[in-house]
Amino acid sequence: MMERPNLTQALGRLLGPAGPELGCDECFDQLDRYVEFELAGQDADAAIPGLRAHLEGCPACREEHESLRALVGGEQLL
Amino acid sequence: MSAVNAATVALVEPVSPSPTLAPAPPLLDAESRKWLQSLRATDATGEDAIARLHALLLRATRFEVARRRRTLPHLRGDELEDIATEAADDALMSVLRRLDDFRGASRFTTWAYKFALLEAAVKLRKRAWQGREVPLEPEGWGLFSSVGLEPDAEVEQSELLETLQSAIAHVLTSHQRHMLVALALNGVPIDVLAERLNTNRGALYKTLHDARRKLRTHVQERGLALDNEEKR
Repeated sequence: MMERPNLTQALGRLLGPAGPELGCDECFDQLDRYVEFELAGQDADAAIPGLRAHLEGCPACREEHESLRALVGGEQLL
Repeated sequence: MSAVNAATVALVEPVSPSPTLAPAPPLLDAESRKWLQSLRATDATGEDAIARLHALLLRATRFEVARRRRTLPHLRGDELEDIATEAADDALMSVLRRLDDFRGASRFTTWAYKFALLEAAVKLRKRAWQGREVPLEPEGWGLFSSVGLEPDAEVEQSELLETLQSAIAHVLTSHQRHMLVALALNGVPIDVLAERLNTNRGALYKTLHDARRKLRTHVQERGLALDNEEKR
C-alpha cells in the first residue's frame, strides 16, 4: 500500500521558503563555493545569502548539493 | 543543458546586500592553475588533460548513478553505465565550453564535479519519468497523513491546507496552478517538467516561486500562521 504524504511536508512544499532565495541558475553558479565553505567549517550561509533557502525550496538543486558535498567530502577523507 | 545554458532568472528574489554577485577571488590554487594550463594546451599535454578530466567527470557521474540506483530498479547495470558515460561526455563539453568562467572561487575539481553531477542527475530523473504522464492537477487533497501532530496542530494545518486549496484554485493563474501542483504537490522533477514544456529549470522555478509568494500573502491576509519552516 502506498504511504500517505505527510501533511506538514506537503504544506512546506506548497509554501516554499519564507525568506529571499536565489534562483536555480545562481544556485548552480555558487554551489561549488558554498560546498567548500561548508566542508571547511565556515559560515557558507553568511558568505552566500539565499542559497540555503533555495535548497529548501528546490528538490533538484538540493539533491545536487547533497551529491556534491558527499563526493567532495568523501574525497577529502581519503 | 537546462539550468546551465538557459539562464533566465538570476535571482528569484533580491538578496541584498549581495556578496554572491561580487567577483570571485582572482587567486587560483596551484592544482587548479595546472588544470587550466594543461586543458588550454594545444599539444599532447592538452589531449592528456582532457582525458584526465573526462575520467574525473566519469567518476562523479558514476557516483551519482550509484546514489540514485534504487530509484531505477528496472535498469540494468550496463544501462546505468551508459547513462554515466553519456553524462560525463556532456559534462566534459560543458566544462570545456565554460573554462573561461572559472575564476577559482573553489578548487577546479569541485567546480567541474558540479557539471557532472547535474548532467547525471538530470538524465536519471528523466529516465525515471520516461513514458509517464506528468500530472498537472491535484491527485487528491484528502490523502495527507497528519501522524504525529497534536490535535490542535492538526486542526490548524488542515485549516491552512483548505485555505491553500482554495487559493490555488482561485488566486493563482492557470499556469502557476499547474506548475505548483505538478512540482510541489505531485512531485514531478523540475527537469522533467521543463523538458515536457520546452522550457528550463530557472524559468519554472521562477513561476513556482511567484505562486508560493501569492499563496503566502493570501494566507497571511487571512491571519493564518505560517510556521512550516520550523516544522518541516
